[in-house]
Amino acid sequence: MTPVQEFLAERFGEAAMVVHAFRGDATVTVARERILDALRAVKARPWAFEMLLDLTAWDRHPVEPRFEIVYHLLSLERTQRLRIKTPVAGDDPVLPSAVEVFAGAEWFEREVWDLFGIRFEGHPDLRRILMPDDWEGHPLRRDYPLTEEPVEFRGHVPKVPSEIVPHVPPRRR
Amino acid sequence: MLTRQTLTINMGPQHPSTHGVLRLVLELEGETIVSCRPVIGYLHTGIEKEMEFRSYHQNITLVDRIEYLSSYHEEMAYCLAVEKLLGIEVPKRAQVIRLIMCELNRIASHLVWLGTTGIDLNVSSLLMYCFRDREQFMEISEMVSGQRMMPGYFRIGGVQWDLPEGFFPKVRSFLEELPRHLDEYEAMLTDNLIWRERHEGVAVLRPADALAYGVTGPVLRGSGIAYDVRKAFPYSSYDDYEFDVPVGRNGDAYDRYLVRMEEMRQSRRIVLQALDRLPDGPVIADDRKVALPPRAELVRSMEAVIHQFKLVSEGIHPPPGEAYAAVESPRGEKGYYIVSDGSNRPVRVRVRAPSFSNLQALPTMVRGGMLADVVVAIASIDIVLGDVDR
Repeated sequence: MTPVQEFLAERFGEAAMVVHAFRGDATVTVARERILDALRAVKARPWAFEMLLDLTAWDRHPVEPRFEIVYHLLSLERTQRLRIKTPVAGDDPVLPSAVEVFAGAEWFEREVWDLFGIRFEGHPDLRRILMPDDWEGHPLRRDYPLTEEPVEFRGHVPKVPSEIVPHVPPRRR
Repeated sequence: MLTRQTLTINMGPQHPSTHGVLRLVLELEGETIVSCRPVIGYLHTGIEKEMEFRSYHQNITLVDRIEYLSSYHEEMAYCLAVEKLLGIEVPKRAQVIRLIMCELNRIASHLVWLGTTGIDLNVSSLLMYCFRDREQFMEISEMVSGQRMMPGYFRIGGVQWDLPEGFFPKVRSFLEELPRHLDEYEAMLTDNLIWRERHEGVAVLRPADALAYGVTGPVLRGSGIAYDVRKAFPYSSYDDYEFDVPVGRNGDAYDRYLVRMEEMRQSRRIVLQALDRLPDGPVIADDRKVALPPRAELVRSMEAVIHQFKLVSEGIHPPPGEAYAAVESPRGEKGYYIVSDGSNRPVRVRVRAPSFSNLQALPTMVRGGMLADVVVAIASIDIVLGDVDR
């Protein structure tokens, strides 16, 4: 465990839910209510995780809590990376916006809203960013199907893209 | 009574100097920019979604298409992330081959940037010169992978096959003439009055803003912050070679130009060292449960055929977990965050695109500047719209 993980585990107690380092990636999962506090705490010195390199999400459908928001931070002074995650429930996909802590979160959060339908409270301009404004649905959700547009070539029978590679579930070890 | 009014205009999405389909909504007062709002998504192809439905090997074909000017970096970052997830080691020779191709690709990508910047600033002959040099890289790429662009040469655990005969003299002759050509371009531009007036003090990005927006690559280094993934988190044997990280001082377009010009020379330096010290050995990991067997084995070993069949039809099963791996692409930190549930397809592949973050800093760069300087600003951050929209 890296010092910053120990610090977060101590400072946030129960709210720092999981602390691990799978394949050397220092990771801390923090409760949704405390996420901004955690980001501010690691941004401040002595940790100086000043750069938010990435903010994204992934969908665990149908498992609850459904979404997990992932923040990738970088400290230039310590030459260290840190991943902070927070779970968000599927029936209430809202969490506080990190724009006031990291200005660069603005577009990342718009992208997460666009593709996952997770709202960020306090975001200055939460609109779609990649998909057209009038698009319905949030494409990166696991229950949003991957489809193919019909084409008019003769002899072309479109395959359902999701069936090109058969899904093989995890093997029992 | 006089009223002050601002004029709102659209630049793009089809504009020759936006380097792709980028639209900027600009609010102008006279020729001064009051606000700039980039509108993106015109090139969104849903690659991240698509990758959830393909096997890990098939995805190599898709990642090439994201940052299409530097496909080798794209493959490198993706393969590193999957290898991290699997916990496998890439043989030394494969690491160095990857490194050579990436550095050559960086030179080629920067040449495209230089040429297109020249076009934007009406130095149209420059594009011809730059593409002449880039053509050499294209030939090298075709020699190595069979493709000029979108090579698909890297494999999980190594590379597809060893370097071909004729590769070494070809690369050496390319690198031999490169410094002379770069000197020519610099003689044409670096102290050219028009070039300097268009670049100096234009599109300034302060270090604090660069950090706040998560800007990386030559744009960050132009602002005076020496962050380079190759130095900070060395991957694929970068720590074995000597090179310098050029850093600017003023954070303007001119410093970014100087940084990129120097980066090409440093890339050449890395490749020359790597060519001299290229180790012998296999070019793909020998764990046959995850890495494709070399073609020569397929004619001799039944087991290799079975492994090949399983890997191609079903794919690999990384253990459940998540991994983030990043490389220094010509535009900045290119990262892949992959989540696996233990099945043969990734649950989530997130592409951390440097152009996306760099473009977000554009409004800060151009605010208060002149309309004509927007062209310079866009050229100086060197965006690839495929990378922005994915």
